[in-house]
Amino acid sequence: MPRGRQSHDINAGSMADIAFLLLIFFLVTTTMDIDKGIYTRLPEWDEEFEDVKLNKRNVLDVLINSRDQLLVKGELFDIKNLKKEAKKHIDNNKRDPNYSDSPKDAVVSLKNDRGTSYDIYIQVQNELKAAYREIWDREGMRRYGKVYGDLKREQKKAIRKDYPRKFSEAEPEDLGGGS
Amino acid sequence: MAKFQKKRGKSTPGISTASLPDIIFMLLFFFMVVTVMRETELKVKLRLPQATELTKLEKKSLVSYIYIGEPIPKYAKKLGSAPRIQLNDVFATPEDVIQFIENERAKMDERLTPYMTTSLRVDKDVKMGIVTDVKQELRKANALKINYSSLPKGSE
Repeated sequence: MPRGRQSHDINAGSMADIAFLLLIFFLVTTTMDIDKGIYTRLPEWDEEFEDVKLNKRNVLDVLINSRDQLLVKGELFDIKNLKKEAKKHIDNNKRDPNYSDSPKDAVVSLKNDRGTSYDIYIQVQNELKAAYREIWDREGMRRYGKVYGDLKREQKKAIRKDYPRKFSEAEPEDLGGGS
Repeated sequence: MAKFQKKRGKSTPGISTASLPDIIFMLLFFFMVVTVMRETELKVKLRLPQATELTKLEKKSLVSYIYIGEPIPKYAKKLGSAPRIQLNDVFATPEDVIQFIENERAKMDERLTPYMTTSLRVDKDVKMGIVTDVKQELRKANALKINYSSLPKGSE
């Protein structure tokens, strides 16, 4: 019985070392990277394919062939000018008969080949998204004095209502162009 | 004046290390909480494209990943160099995507399933054909929120 009374102190000197080991383990295994990317919504799947007739001037046709060449409104195009062209198209307001009636009617139609590289596809998506973001930013500044990202939810909604992002992606097909 | 002599410098009191374990433990707990263990082993080559208009994916538990790219050299011998789809830990065909999405949905809290996002991590040299097939399957599976995973421009 007397033995049990005798309480030894556990040596806590090595505690730090043990904690260090665990710490290093977790340091090594931690992945802090947050996934970032271009966010989009796919259209819902429906079996029967309805063909919506749109006024030709309201559609900005963007076509990418399998050689990664860009065709906008039937003409060869440099990707550097795409953002400007998209902005011009959206923001036309009946000025130029070749571009859209109003921002609400403007549609961007994207079509690509099965042989198009993913890289160029992302670049095009990025440019088109940037075009809308810049317009939204401008509207935000004009109406509320803030860029789009800093606005309140309702304010964002109001801008998006006037400048909706209408994005149509056609089924890809073999457009040719040498693959 | 003579009172102020340089006596202080002589004896440096040792820093007490008694609180060191506590500090380390605090760091340890921090990292334990933050850590997300890597679940899948990447079996395809992945060089993400670069873009500027990026959105952060916040809730990691609501994101499922689809990898597309060339098989890494280890598997290239068997599978060739044509781009492949990787779901979880296995190579798959576009037809498997629906089942995969269903499985991911089943794992989630029912109330949160509408917020499910699919992150497409695709190598930049992959052709759009296979990506489109996957996108069509995702549409069929009604997993409409997608994210084309990419890096900020200018980073490597």
